[in-house]
Amino acid sequence: MDPLIKNMKAIYILWLRQLKRYFRSRSRMIGSLGQPLLFLVALGFGFGPIFQKAGGGSYIEFLAPGIIAMSIIFTAIFSGIEIIWDRKFGFLKETLVAPVSRLTIMAGRTLGGATVASLQGVIVFFLAMVVGFRPSSLAMLLPAFLFVFLVALLFTAVGTAIASLLEDMQGFQLIMNFLVMPLFFLSGALFPLSGLPESIKIITYLDPLSYGVDGLRGTLIGGAHFGLSFDFLVLTVLTFFILALGSYLFSRIEV
Amino acid sequence: MSIIEVKNLTKKFGDFTAVNDVSFAVEPGEIFAFLGPNGAGKTTSIRILTTTLKRTSGQVLVGGKDPQKDADGVRHACGIVFQDPSLDDELTAWENMEFHGVLFGVPKKLRRERIEQLLRYVELWDRRRDLVKNFSGGMKRRLEIARGLLHHPKVLFLDEPTLGLDPQTRNSIWSYIKKLNEDEGLTVFFTTHHMEEADRAATRIAIIDHGRIVAQGSPAQLKEQTKTETLEDAFLALTGKTIREENVGATDRMRLRRRLWTR
Repeated sequence: MDPLIKNMKAIYILWLRQLKRYFRSRSRMIGSLGQPLLFLVALGFGFGPIFQKAGGGSYIEFLAPGIIAMSIIFTAIFSGIEIIWDRKFGFLKETLVAPVSRLTIMAGRTLGGATVASLQGVIVFFLAMVVGFRPSSLAMLLPAFLFVFLVALLFTAVGTAIASLLEDMQGFQLIMNFLVMPLFFLSGALFPLSGLPESIKIITYLDPLSYGVDGLRGTLIGGAHFGLSFDFLVLTVLTFFILALGSYLFSRIEV
Repeated sequence: MSIIEVKNLTKKFGDFTAVNDVSFAVEPGEIFAFLGPNGAGKTTSIRILTTTLKRTSGQVLVGGKDPQKDADGVRHACGIVFQDPSLDDELTAWENMEFHGVLFGVPKKLRRERIEQLLRYVELWDRRRDLVKNFSGGMKRRLEIARGLLHHPKVLFLDEPTLGLDPQTRNSIWSYIKKLNEDEGLTVFFTTHHMEEADRAATRIAIIDHGRIVAQGSPAQLKEQTKTETLEDAFLALTGKTIREENVGATDRMRLRRRLWTR
């Protein structure tokens, strides 16, 4: 068989596996919607009046893109980290002794994880609409989805890279508390990036999720802080870099 | 030509020599047992033979190919049943087979035919739509054997295939393997801690201890050489009675935790 077609088929079956696992674990799917819903309702309605008084407009409108980004990054990093589970339950060995390159395996897995995380983002988008969020322009939904997928791809690759370095799930809590949570809270998902104290401003500018949130906000409600093309550029470059790093780390896994 | 040829194979992890100057050959159609106490170097050798670990020195040919130079060639030639379960519990039996077939590039029509044939062979065809997490240990093992054969390998590697199974299941697993060997001429390379299994199934045995091969021959020859009645006694005569301590790595810890969870 043509090697290209063979690799495409391998990527497809790896991708399909991630999707099947996602749709089969309904409890995880529903469970992972609870948190974004809580954030939308509690923060959205809780801070809404103050935000309005300060002249920021509707807080739900402002918050929704941030919460969509949150659900994407949580799902994406978790999908990447699932490699640790595959290693633990032995399935990774089965994949790695197949006559397929590591790069192909990484590509299939990452695309699968990114698709799942994107789906999760889309579901939260509709959830936000139920709570009262309205995107400002229908024409911008397509570019918004591009940002959804970019953020999903980037953070699945981050998860894969981390998982390639860890041997078991013991470091998982550490990653949640010292990587995922700071990435989320310091990204401008919850507050505007303008008028911040200098030190916080620098940190938010270094947080890659800031550009994802900004891209989503810019496409969904307008008014991007960095500008959409700059957001897109940063995310794309970073995604390629992390994918390369992740592939390298993944290629070194021994089972 | 031998189907597995190993000459002066050595594997070092830092200062520790896990496999030390090991040489042996397996002929087509043999059932070859690789026996040894814990930590003797069995799994390390299998990993080198099946391309997941690089050797320090020596020569290895599996199906006429070098695992380090032509990994994909060797992977096509090997069917592997690992020591630990390696199925996706969230997929069905059929999906696990399909996944393997696609990764090994078995064309669709042929793949579907073989999956049906193999699942019928290990008596899992009726359960093909069930998720693997609902399977018993024996059923999982049978599925893994069927999966290992899907790409028509020349050698089937079985690393402790009957670990943790009851005598009935062990017996039925061995009857499948022996039938495959007789009907298809499949070469089988296996490790086990059950000496009576090796005695019954193996045409030839190599005993490895502290990374070195201490004896090779048919079960009868080994018993004769050590002047013992059973293979277990022969094994103890050759490897001594000291209990081996293995370093517990992260994988073993996870394995232990998994056992606690899935009980």
